[in-house]
Amino acid sequence: MNKPIRRVSVFCLVLVLALMIRVNYVQGVQASSLDKNTNNKRGLIEAYSYPRGQIIVGGKPVTKDIEVDGNTYKYKRGYTDGAVYAPVTGFSSQVYGSNLLENVENPILSGNDSRLFIRNTLDLITGKPKQGGDVVTTIDPKVQTAAYSAFTSAGKKGAAVALDPTTGAILGLVSVPSYDPSTIAGSDNQSAWTTLNADKSQPMLNRALRQTYPPGSTFKLVTSAAALENGVITDINAKTDSPDPYTLPQTTTPLPNEAGDNCLNVSMNDALRVSCNTVFAKIGDEIGNTKMAAEAAKFGFNSSSLTIPVGVTKSNYDTGINRPSNALSSVGQFDTRATPLQMAMVAAAIANNGTLMKPYLVAQERSANLDVIDTTKPTVLSQATTPQVAQEIQTMMVNVVQNGTGTPAQISGATVGGKTGTAQHGENNADNPYAWFVSYAKMGDKQVAVAVVVEDSNAQRDEISGSGLAAPIAKKMMEAALGK
Amino acid sequence: MSAPATATIVPQGAPNRRNTELVLLVLAVLIPLFAYADTGLAMDDRVPAGMAEYGLGMGLFALLAHLAVRRFAPYADPLMLPIAALLNGLGLVFIWRLDKARQLAHNFPAAQNQLIWTGLGVALFIGVMALLKDHRLLQRYTYIAGLVALVLLAIPAFMPARASDFGAKIWIHLGGFSIQPGEFVKIVLPVFFAGYLMAKRDALALASRRFLGLYLPRGRDLGPIIAVWLLSLLILVFETDLGTSLLFFGAFVIMLYVATERTSWIVFGLLMAGLGFWAVSGAEAHVQSRITDWLHPLTAAPGGGGVGQIGQSLFALGAGGVLGTGLGQGHSWLIGFAAKSDFILGTIGEELGLAGLMALFLLYALLVERGLRTALAARDPFGKLLAVGLSGAFALQVFIVAGGVTGTIPLTGMTLPFMAQGGSSVITNWALVAILLKISDVARRPAPVPETAAEPTQVVGPS
Repeated sequence: MNKPIRRVSVFCLVLVLALMIRVNYVQGVQASSLDKNTNNKRGLIEAYSYPRGQIIVGGKPVTKDIEVDGNTYKYKRGYTDGAVYAPVTGFSSQVYGSNLLENVENPILSGNDSRLFIRNTLDLITGKPKQGGDVVTTIDPKVQTAAYSAFTSAGKKGAAVALDPTTGAILGLVSVPSYDPSTIAGSDNQSAWTTLNADKSQPMLNRALRQTYPPGSTFKLVTSAAALENGVITDINAKTDSPDPYTLPQTTTPLPNEAGDNCLNVSMNDALRVSCNTVFAKIGDEIGNTKMAAEAAKFGFNSSSLTIPVGVTKSNYDTGINRPSNALSSVGQFDTRATPLQMAMVAAAIANNGTLMKPYLVAQERSANLDVIDTTKPTVLSQATTPQVAQEIQTMMVNVVQNGTGTPAQISGATVGGKTGTAQHGENNADNPYAWFVSYAKMGDKQVAVAVVVEDSNAQRDEISGSGLAAPIAKKMMEAALGK
Repeated sequence: MSAPATATIVPQGAPNRRNTELVLLVLAVLIPLFAYADTGLAMDDRVPAGMAEYGLGMGLFALLAHLAVRRFAPYADPLMLPIAALLNGLGLVFIWRLDKARQLAHNFPAAQNQLIWTGLGVALFIGVMALLKDHRLLQRYTYIAGLVALVLLAIPAFMPARASDFGAKIWIHLGGFSIQPGEFVKIVLPVFFAGYLMAKRDALALASRRFLGLYLPRGRDLGPIIAVWLLSLLILVFETDLGTSLLFFGAFVIMLYVATERTSWIVFGLLMAGLGFWAVSGAEAHVQSRITDWLHPLTAAPGGGGVGQIGQSLFALGAGGVLGTGLGQGHSWLIGFAAKSDFILGTIGEELGLAGLMALFLLYALLVERGLRTALAARDPFGKLLAVGLSGAFALQVFIVAGGVTGTIPLTGMTLPFMAQGGSSVITNWALVAILLKISDVARRPAPVPETAAEPTQVVGPS
């Protein structure tokens, strides 16, 4: 019987060998992919086992780490003025992941960034508990609060962005309606999460960065720059050859002016002041689609790679479209779409004499003991237009605020230039339009560029104009930025 | 002068290795003791309060078992007892560690009970040592053993199903206790098989026809294997216990093969197992879901329920990596239900890592191979068959449960011998080791010196 017994011995060894091969595969080869599996809670348990770093606004943290007596997690994330800063911070949830800065800056906030390696190792040796690093934002709390309360006190939905034109630093980033990320940070917030996601007004949508709107008349700033650069218009005060109404090229469709003002043959300066669609559609047609798209691209349109470091949705100006479509696109209609940040970049580039600075939200990254790891240096994103052209458009924008549709944005003691917009949308333009105001202000050595969009579903159609709804909000933001 | 033509051989007491066993036992007690201290330091920053009691208790158990072996089986294998003690001690540490996982739902402290069961197991071990004079006595109870096995296997099928048992009906609930009769059958059935095959092996081996290089057994000789096959299928159907079913059928085929030395039985066994499994898996939703879980362990349950237990077990193994997180520092409580019993390997894999699991598998392999070595050395066919049956069943059990938890094969509920929480399992395995030691004692015992040998044996060498 010994021969079969020896074979049985070999068989038993094969069984053990199979187990060994299997655990080598699981614990050696598969280990890292198992660790990264979204259903594996170990990563979250580790992440919430020590305090996360803070997101700093105006020298004060707007986030906090709350010690909870949970079985699974030791800490949970909390937010100060959560609704105001939600478009900046995003959320960090024990169940639903994270977004915006909480997500993009996670390496620093969690303290796992490779640049913190030496510090972490030292802490490990000296027995110091692990702690995440801080992220200092460029947000000016005065601008941010001014914009948020302007929206909420008026009971309006929309978004606003304020930039420092000279650096690209984002001073304000507001989206209304908003939500308090604290309500979904814990492990038992399913009902809050469900409610937020089911809400038709989309409080978790970051309108400032992730929603595109038809820019309407505010896009005429880009068209103006293209016209001056390409020599279609050489003198902003010279009469143009513009019929009213203007029949779209190659069609019999007439394009009217909303305002009902006199737009017949007016100069480009006057056309911007009273917002004549006819004049700018004709100018856009004369420039042509290729050059219009090229100009839009210099201002940041058609780029999906912009990160601040949070990703920004692409703003669109169609390429390869026919003449009538291009004429409509030139006045911010048809398929032209822009994020509020994009329109703030247009205003900033003009205010900064044609140089478009790359917008950024993070001023500094630093370790838990306040060592600065990285400071963002302002960089040029593109030369949107020449200084001469930029200054001519500044003149036109100041004219809008002084004598045109933008008078509600006047600030005494400051140079303010702006442009209103009322963008139609919906099937046959049946929905309530969006009200825009894009502007800049300079006072002393301070500068600010602002874009405000107001979605309004309740107001009467007539009431909706960039001048009536958006300009007052922009004014409050600019005042806050200028320190008035 | 010619070379000396004769040499003198004086029979001497062969080294019985009892002192080796004692040294190994000391290590087998100390290693879990350090593990216990380490776990306490990692989880509470202090040496556990029960350190002295635990150390003295385990030391006492090991010492008593060792003395029993010295007294009743002096020539027994020196490795099996230390390995069993080491596995049992480590198992206690891991159960205690999981007792302290406050995140584990329905976490009833189990280490205390497990220690009591260990004591009972060691008592049974000593009892077998003292009362079973010779393993061949068991041969007398061949058919009684068969009947007892049948009854033990059948009882749970008649018990009402309980929701807390998660599908498998393998427990008998008596008051606050639950007994897994399938565990005892692991010893009783090999006794029956060994006795039965002893009697019938010639008929089974010789009367056959040759076909395609295989010896085909006669129709009437197929009877026993078909009977065991049907029995295992009945367990599968009525108790939905794939593991027990596979274990008994596998052990029987191994013993049949060893008894008859006919490879054809293995072929038949595999064919029948495959056929039975195919037939039952088509009908049993329980078995089908096990296969689905095995093929897709990382598929999350709908509604945010996370992955199943095998997935969690794989996460635990992955988190352990090569060296493990360290005792008490893993999150294997995420496995949830049965973390201390069937899934205890997940905790070991997470906290001791690949290194720990490889060592653990080697310990099991060593124990099994010492059992099979005993079978080789045994001089009587009954002892050979019994040792093969017990070792084979033990090896199959380790493979079935460890394979299930590591995702090697579909999961079937089984306890990891000596380590998993479960009284029936612990005492059965101690008894199993005791019987193997008795067989090895007989096998290794030097032949008695003939009374008539008044003078040394003369060996005449070639000149």
